Amino acid sequence: MTNHLAVEMKGITKTFGDLRANDSVDIKITKGTIHAIIGENGAGKSTLMNILYGMYHPDSGTIYINGNEAVIHSPADAIKLGIGMVHQHFMLVNTLTVLENIILGDEVTGALNTIDKRRSRQKVKQILNNFDINIGLEEITGTLSIGTQQKIEIIKLLYRNAEILILDEPTAVLTPQETDELFKTLKVLKAEGKTILLITHKLNEVLGISEFITVLRNGKVTGNTETKDTDKDQLAGMILGGSFESIKRKQNSPAEEFILEIIGVSVRSDKGLPAVKDLSFEVHRGEIIGIAGVEGNGQHELIEAICGLRDYSGSFILNGKPADKDLPVAHIPANRHKHGIVMEYNLAENVLLGREGEAEFSTGVSIKEKALRAYTERLIKKYDIRPAEADLLIGGLSGGNQQKVVAAREMSKHTDLIVVSHPTRGLDIKAADFVHSVLLEESAKGKGIILVSSDLGELLKLSDRIAVMFNGKINAMLDSATTNEREIGSYMLGLSGSGGDKG
Amino acid sequence: MKYFKYSAGPLISIILSLIIGAIFIILIGQDPAEVYVKMFTDTLGNSYGIGQVLFKATPLILTGLSVAFAFRAGLFNIGAEGQMTVGAFASAWAGFTFTSMPWIVLIPLCIISGFLAGAFWAAIAGYLKARFGSHEVINTIMLNFIAMALVSYLVNNIYLVPATIHTPEISPNAVLLRFDVITGMFKGSPFNLSFVIAAAVCIIIYYVIRKTPFGYRINTLGYNINAAEYAGMNVKRLTVYAMAIAGGLAGLAGLNFVNGYKHYFELGFSENAGYVGIAVALIARNNPFAIIIIAVFFGVLEYGGLTVNTLVPKEIVTILQGIIILLIITITKYFDKKFKLAKA
Ligand SMILES: Nc1ncnc2c1ncn2[C@@H]1O[C@H](COP(=O)(O)OP(=O)(O)OP(=O)(O)O)[C@@H](O)[C@H]1O
Ligand SMILES: [Mg+2]
Repeated sequence: MTNHLAVEMKGITKTFGDLRANDSVDIKITKGTIHAIIGENGAGKSTLMNILYGMYHPDSGTIYINGNEAVIHSPADAIKLGIGMVHQHFMLVNTLTVLENIILGDEVTGALNTIDKRRSRQKVKQILNNFDINIGLEEITGTLSIGTQQKIEIIKLLYRNAEILILDEPTAVLTPQETDELFKTLKVLKAEGKTILLITHKLNEVLGISEFITVLRNGKVTGNTETKDTDKDQLAGMILGGSFESIKRKQNSPAEEFILEIIGVSVRSDKGLPAVKDLSFEVHRGEIIGIAGVEGNGQHELIEAICGLRDYSGSFILNGKPADKDLPVAHIPANRHKHGIVMEYNLAENVLLGREGEAEFSTGVSIKEKALRAYTERLIKKYDIRPAEADLLIGGLSGGNQQKVVAAREMSKHTDLIVVSHPTRGLDIKAADFVHSVLLEESAKGKGIILVSSDLGELLKLSDRIAVMFNGKINAMLDSATTNEREIGSYMLGLSGSGGDKG
Repeated sequence: MKYFKYSAGPLISIILSLIIGAIFIILIGQDPAEVYVKMFTDTLGNSYGIGQVLFKATPLILTGLSVAFAFRAGLFNIGAEGQMTVGAFASAWAGFTFTSMPWIVLIPLCIISGFLAGAFWAAIAGYLKARFGSHEVINTIMLNFIAMALVSYLVNNIYLVPATIHTPEISPNAVLLRFDVITGMFKGSPFNLSFVIAAAVCIIIYYVIRKTPFGYRINTLGYNINAAEYAGMNVKRLTVYAMAIAGGLAGLAGLNFVNGYKHYFELGFSENAGYVGIAVALIARNNPFAIIIIAVFFGVLEYGGLTVNTLVPKEIVTILQGIIILLIITITKYFDKKFKLAKA
């Protein structure tokens, strides 16, 4: 009876200090299925998966793999049992080639213990064939897109003969196209008999790809269901423990005057190639400009130029005055871990980041610790950051709660301009909705907001106008009241409009 | 418990190294108990010994602080030796050049000269890193060689007092008084007011690192340079400042010898304090107050080695000192892992 179960976890409890991250969790995963694990930010999803992968040791509880009781003390043990995990934050070496990254730590060795590249390559090629994955093995990993890097992580697991794959929020960083491709791969893997545990906050994805769903809330299992027996509303109810009304689209309309004028700006990419080409547009007071585009069409470079992180030619005019390199701008970066937080700092110190010179937090000589603490506590309350402890190291927060800290800090800065990249990545539905409402609030106060997102629904809901970038230019500036996803999509691919190059 | 976790590594390694040392001492035919007792009573057992220990510790506090400060900013300062050398020479030069000045002017002038010379020297390494990305380890090592050659040239060719190997003496107004002159304690030891300067500097640096916006930026730079940049900090300028301050601290380390002890500059005065400072900072986990304690411990090792000269050859003492340092570093690392301590 039990041998059709790939994984069974019984009575798993894990505490961090006083906090019960997992509280007598029972979960059964059927072999050869895709099983979604969902729940609020901080519900305990990553903790549970880290226990299965041997990164954390539970305080109590037992784990059965293929019906046999298993002792998993480390990821090495997990790998031996055929368990592999892709973390929310990739662990690849950017300077190595794809092949080197895949075989790293488990190389096929030849004479004198040297790496036998030829045989390693054969083995990897075999996997690519079996699972119908396309990827250049000689490319340098750091230059590849996020979606491709994620594939490398998955191939790494297959190379180590993983039968049970854990994917922690794999789609959070992907564009919709990349997500589709990932899901295609996952379906092939399932067809080959692999078992997949998938964490995600996007209910459409859950309903689209999984067969079973387990819902966690405050460390406990609050729901277990077959996907075909449920729907979005029911899931939302199980996740939040109550019903939930999401906000309406943007109400206020922008003023006449400009906050930011971008005039003839050109920016180069890391490789020195033109990424943004002679681009111009304006952001009005109280306006949210959405930026749509397939990844790699200059959005990233444009944002970095606006934020003073990259050289450019052309000019920015802020509130009618030509601005030098340091525009006062709040910025929620796409890669929060790398650019937005300092793991060694506590919440308050992370709230201080970039604001240490403000009179509110500094006398000029010393930091006003009391004021900072009080301010941090206000943000914690407003954004419902959990655990609500200003002096906790930020590493003790769940991924989504770390993101909330960055969003809270940036959106409460006293700037006229806010630049946000993918603000709701990794947030649960309620937190995402809250961030949306704050963006609308700030724009109603008269701020100008530039919003980059790969979620077209998000863009349509929040923006006044949507600038579609293609090939370093604005291919179309659309009024979000009258446009739709299909129209945006065709401009994104350059099928409509100037096509970028001619204009 | 917290303090136990942080001090367990150093304590256990000291005990272990005493045991290993005992084996060595037995091998050369001496009685470890006798050696240790002598070492202990001659260093910490009387006020002269304590004075000697603190005298040896003084420059180590400053070079340790120098390395630690740079490390806070994520920079490895291997150049404390060179920075200390140019700083010491600058302090001496100010002291023997402006001889007509009263002490109230001249002493600050010597201090500032030492600081600025060291700061300038290290800032070169910082600038090269910020501007061209060349690694500060290489930069500072090369600058050590240049500093030695430059100062050696200045001493031997321009400022040499004939028939000696040192510069002219500094004005009596530039002298940092010895404690035995002031208090009558520590009779005969060269322990002097530089120690007070070093301790004060520790407090200042602690304050800067923990409490000021500047210190916060330095820490951020060390922890996550990307986040520092995205937060709008001028990463390049911060790199130069961090190196300059680190160099300035090392530059002050020469005061102990020049203004506090011999009253002139002489090559070879440093006894590798710049390099030992790296070990001091490492073991003290870059904590300014721990640096004072560890520097004193190294003072015991150094002076203790001298006291048992008659029983144990100097080379054996040096070997033991090296083993102790290695042990402390390795065992401390082991305990860090065991207790999962963050690198503070
Ligand atoms: N290393 C840690 N130290 C202390 N507390 C931790 C640690 N890791 C997780 N926690 C706490 O355990 C709880 C569960 O965190 P977990 O990361 O499992 O949440 P999650 O469900 O994955 O959330 P998210 O959707 O935001 O990623 C959170 O309250 C978190 O603060
Ligand atoms: Mg998580």
